[in-house]
Formats: sequence, structure tokens, C-alpha cells
Amino acid sequence: MRIKTHPILSFPDKLDVPFYFEGQLMMGKEGDMIAFALHDNGIKTLSKSLKLHRPRGFYCGIGNCSQCKMRVDDVDNVRTCITPLKANMRIEIQKDKGGIK
Amino acid sequence: MITKDVIIIGGGPAGLCAAKMLSDQDVSVLLVDRDHHLGGQLVKQTHKFFGSEKQYAKNRGFEIADILIKDIINKPNIEVLLGATVAGLYKDHVMTVVKDEKYYKYKAKAFIIATGASEKSLAFENNDLPGIYGAGAIQTLMNAYGIVPEEEVLMVGSGNIGLIVSYQLLQAGVKVKGIVEAAPYVGGYKVHASKLKRLGVPFYMQHTVKRAIGSDHLEAVEIVRLTDDFQEVDSDTKIIETKALCIAVGLSPLSQLLGMMEVDMKYVKELGGLVPVLNNLNQTSNPNLFACGDVGGIEEASSAMMEGYIAGLGVLKHLERPHPKHDELLHMYHHELELLRNSAYGEKTLAGLKKLRGGPYAE
Repeated sequence: MRIKTHPILSFPDKLDVPFYFEGQLMMGKEGDMIAFALHDNGIKTLSKSLKLHRPRGFYCGIGNCSQCKMRVDDVDNVRTCITPLKANMRIEIQKDKGGIK
Repeated sequence: MITKDVIIIGGGPAGLCAAKMLSDQDVSVLLVDRDHHLGGQLVKQTHKFFGSEKQYAKNRGFEIADILIKDIINKPNIEVLLGATVAGLYKDHVMTVVKDEKYYKYKAKAFIIATGASEKSLAFENNDLPGIYGAGAIQTLMNAYGIVPEEEVLMVGSGNIGLIVSYQLLQAGVKVKGIVEAAPYVGGYKVHASKLKRLGVPFYMQHTVKRAIGSDHLEAVEIVRLTDDFQEVDSDTKIIETKALCIAVGLSPLSQLLGMMEVDMKYVKELGGLVPVLNNLNQTSNPNLFACGDVGGIEEASSAMMEGYIAGLGVLKHLERPHPKHDELLHMYHHELELLRNSAYGEKTLAGLKKLRGGPYAE
């Protein structure tokens, strides 16, 4: 959900773009960070812990904590809280620690 | 390999002011930030800042960011590299950077480390559940991107960040279910706390989080009363339903790059953790390496700006191209820092600096 009225801030209109989360079509604002676009779509689990597969969401939102690392367009370990959303991106939760292709 | 005179790592208030001091001087500068915009965490600060006109007081954080960015953005001697994460810093003055999945090497005569800080976490059962956020993450989401974090949020910590973010949540139309504070007194400015109390936000003083409840996402939080010596009273707990828990228990300096250069560092609790030992030019024990802002000890953006200017002056002097007004400006910015730190809330910083540096701070 987006903030509709704010006493101090105004939020510029951004282009709506489609993207895919786990194969499912979603809409987001171009240039919003991927993790925040997912949050706006109600997706709060972005990764799983490596050993116990516990669900993880973003904690810091500025690229420090690594809890938002996902697979984006087949690239592993993308910090989705500091990576802008582009049209038709394919975003997935990693099943393992990932690697370099 | 690309060569520069000075590389500044971090484009927040400290890094921007360092760059500003170097603009129009006879040095080539690279300013690197991992984010896609300059301004660091100022861009999500909607409150008005304290201080003097030297710190652009009475302006809101994001307005200060705009002012500082405009001052440096089209300067011929300053190159800005965004979306670029520094991967390493080496003793032969080489810095490696990752940008757009490519790896770059840079070399510089001097570096200014202005990497800021990261948010602390809190130890309790299930503290890794989605729905538990650092206060800064909530601020980024709602103030920088205009997205509502959840309909209701429970805050932990009544320092200035906890209080300010609580107020900002209310401004964004979010209900603040309460503020949990371990100490018997509010940590931040009383004026902020009174405003929240008037707006009906409950304060749970002498309480901490015992556990988070939920399987895939946070559903509720159990808080527990603390005694005067911070022991949990197991018989006195409360369950508060909430889909979001916001942790505002402080910051710790992001000093890893300084660690790679093996400069002298000390653990100083009052400054937030491991910090570099700096002289009055914000120079580390490695003469080619300077540090400013929260990486040298957690303070406000206002002091980070003053330190940025000082580090800029220090680098110019070190490169034997001193600023024409070096002495005058150095004195002025140190005086400004002193004024900021001599306010009621600078006590902790002063105590920390005394432990860290001795010298003029040791009485």
C-alpha cells in the first residue's frame, strides 16, 4: 500500500512496470528498489536461512544486512533493497547460497 | 587502473562535505557510493535539524541533502560514481569497486572513509522473522519510497531515532502500538516524547522484547518487564499483536574498510563500537587515510558535516596543497563541533572521544 497523503512529503509519479516473482506476474514502480516493490505487493519473505531455511525479510533496507539477497534475472545474491526494479525482471527466492555463473 | 588524487568513500553528509571542501581546489576527486543517489541517510530524514546555519539548521534532512549535492555535482574536479560497492582497500593505495557486475581498480594518493554506520539488532527469540525491521529500513520504505510498512508498528527504543520514526509513522498514517524502552527514562529529546504521549502512543518503560511470535511472519511480540538492574521479571509479560516490529537500539560504525588498512582502532562503547583513532585533521594512523562522520563514532548528521569539512582540509594539507584559508576554516569547524557536542546530548560523544583520543579531550 502506498502513502496517499503526507503532511511533508510528496512522492513523484513513477511508471508502472510488470515483473515476475517466483513466476507470478506483479506490478511495481520503475526505479523503486526491488525489495520495496515486493513489500508493496505483500511479499515479505525474501530469502531463507542457509541451514534451517527460516524465512527472512529485509532488516536494514540500505544494503548492509544481506537478508534481502535474491536471484534476479538468473544472477544470484543480488541485494534487492539497493537494486532498482526494471520492467519484466524475474525475481526468485534462492534455494541455496548461490554462485557465480 | 584509474588514478585520482583523492577518493571519498560514502556520499552521505560527511562525504559530501569532504567533497565540497575539495571542490575548486587543485585535486582530482572520486566520490563513490553504493546507492543510486547521493545524500546517504539524509534523504529519508523529514525532521528539521538543530545546530547553526553552518549545519543548515531548521532545514529538513532531505533538503540539506539537496543543498549539499547541488554544491558538488557539476564541479569539474569531482567525479561521482553511484551504484558502486567498494570491495576492498589495499595498502598500496588500490581500491577495488563492483559496479553493474563489473570489477574496477582505482588508485589514489589519499582516501576519505565516510561509510557511516549500520543498525544494531537486538537478541531475542525469533528475532529473524520477516516483519522485524531496523528503524532506518522503515524510514527508507515510507519516506523515500512512499510505501506504508504495515498498518500498525511496535517500536523498540526511545532514543531520538525511535521517537522521530514513531512520529513519522503517525504522519504516514500508521498506528504506533507503543514504544518499548529498557531504561526507566526516555533516551531522546523530551519534546519529541511529549508530542507522542499527547498523540496517545503508550510508552512501555523498563520493558524489553522477550520473543517474537509467528511462523512465516511476525504476528505478535511478547514484552517483559525489567528491574532497575535490567533483569527480566518472568512473571510480568505482555503480548502485543503487531505485524511489524521496528528496532531502534542504536547504530554501529561501518569501519570494515579501515580494518582492511590496519589503522589504529579502539572499541569505545560511547561511540558505538570499533572506531579509528583520529587526529585533529580526522587523519588515521595511516597518513593517507582519513575518516569522518559516523564511521568515526555515532553522532548526528550535523557533526558528520563538520567532520567532512575537516577531513577535506586535512587531505589538502597532507597533499601539500593546503586550502588558502586552512587555519581559519579548521578553527571554525572545530568550534562548530564543540558547540554541537557541548549540548545536553553530546555528553556521550565527549566521554567517548576522551577515551579514544586523549589529548584535548582528556580535560
